[in-house]
Amino acid sequence: MANSLIIGQYVPTDSLVHRLDPRTKIIIIFLFVIFIFFANNALSYGWLALFAVASALATKIKLKFIARGLTPVWFLIIFTFILHLFVTREGPVLFEIIGLPIYSGAIIQGFAISLRFFLLILVTSLMTLTTTPIEITDAIESLLHPLKKIKFPVHELALMMSISLRFIPTLMQETEKISKAQASRGVDFKTGPIKDRIHAVVPLLVPLFVSAFKRAEELAMAMEARGYQGGEGRTKLRELTIAKLDWIAFLSFSCVLIGLFLLRQ
Amino acid sequence: MDISFKQVSYIYQPNSPFEHQALKEIDFSIKSGTFVAIVGHTGSGKSTLIQHLNGLIRPTKGEINIGDFTLKANEKTANIKDLRRQVGVVFQYPEHQLFEETIEKDIGFGPKNFGVSDEEIKQRIPQVLEAVNLSPELLSRSPFDLSGGQMRRVAIAGVLAMEPRVLVLDEPTAGLDPKGQQEIMDMFKELHTRKQLTTILVTHSMEDALKYADYVIILDHGQKYMEGTPAEVFVQKEALQRVQLDMPEIIQFIQSFEQRFGLTLRYKGQSIEGLAQEINQLLKEEVRADG
Repeated sequence: MANSLIIGQYVPTDSLVHRLDPRTKIIIIFLFVIFIFFANNALSYGWLALFAVASALATKIKLKFIARGLTPVWFLIIFTFILHLFVTREGPVLFEIIGLPIYSGAIIQGFAISLRFFLLILVTSLMTLTTTPIEITDAIESLLHPLKKIKFPVHELALMMSISLRFIPTLMQETEKISKAQASRGVDFKTGPIKDRIHAVVPLLVPLFVSAFKRAEELAMAMEARGYQGGEGRTKLRELTIAKLDWIAFLSFSCVLIGLFLLRQ
Repeated sequence: MDISFKQVSYIYQPNSPFEHQALKEIDFSIKSGTFVAIVGHTGSGKSTLIQHLNGLIRPTKGEINIGDFTLKANEKTANIKDLRRQVGVVFQYPEHQLFEETIEKDIGFGPKNFGVSDEEIKQRIPQVLEAVNLSPELLSRSPFDLSGGQMRRVAIAGVLAMEPRVLVLDEPTAGLDPKGQQEIMDMFKELHTRKQLTTILVTHSMEDALKYADYVIILDHGQKYMEGTPAEVFVQKEALQRVQLDMPEIIQFIQSFEQRFGLTLRYKGQSIEGLAQEINQLLKEEVRADG
């Protein structure tokens, strides 16, 4: 379970993408997510796909690893495709499957939506693959900084995010540990009727909650003991800086957007 | 049950950037009824190794035989539940696995999963409570009301109630006070002898390995580094230091005593009292020889 899903996992390499300012990455990906909806023909989709694949290559992470990590998502993509195949009614009827007419528009639409979906997931997972959770929260804190003017608790929000991100792997480990301990006491998580398997979750969830609450309390205590008092007047060990590399990234992404508008109809 | 590992390797997350080989071609065999200590530095593969013993993970390469059960790569073991009933595992910090409303229910949870009848469980509970030195008055209380040490005992009782033939202990005394540590270890040793169990103890403590085990296996970076009886293994100072392990105190003492006084004292499993008597004897002989 923990082995197959890569969403939210950070893979350190020495690529340029890793060295970009996290804010740059967030802004570019945010814009990409918006502008992917502007693509409306094969060329413009291809252009964006090219950008996504090129970025994936630039991370120096093995493509095979990324592709395999997205396997749980493939199911969703294929499901979307099939749904569109049967539901969309545009263009001439091409052929029939078990009495249901398949329209030519449906195939095109199915492809377009699945590709869009795939690109969205690929690009956003590149973000987490190349950026540590701490960098992400720092970036979000910095980007949301203007909201402070309307008394929005930006620092607290960022802290909450970084704490929850920090504890995902810990909880995963804990889950694995407890499920192994309970499996050793004869709990069967993997086979048997659904009803029994749902029942088998109780001995897993109770200890997990108990230790999560305990850990939260300990963390609060440790923070208090070290005089933590929120964002006011707090300095940073590593300040985020927009460097030359980031301007190059923005510039190349602008070219991608200009290309998109030239290619779309 | 006899246990044997043949060329066992285990790799975590193969074919990913996080690939990590935890065990490399491990080979050993353990005779039924032996008390074995597995010793090694953090990250040497001890915990990975013991997870093979009840089929929680299967070897990436190689073969494991535990009694009549066989574990091989890419081959599902059909009667895995039977294996888990016969091999009881006490994990590190086992108190984290408690979840039931009452201590009685939690202790009975394991046996119940393995199809032991309610009457039989009722009979077993007082026995295991006595073994872990807990008062029967606690049975109706919640396990979460107890102190850490008591919770540990309840969790151990839960494994003992399964009446396993093989007992696997992963640092069972970590984080307990010295008195509690000794009590628990003595209890395991007593149980081992009385029920003729095969016991596998993973430990950082050379003292425990020396005191309780008949056989010691030392792991280093996923490979078997040394094996033998405690008396054979623990006298090899240089070899132990190479993997950042210390000799047990009593052996250290004997070696420095021999160096300092030029006398021979062999380590043969004697207690501190026995050793003191031996030295006393030796000194008297010396005095007599001089006089």
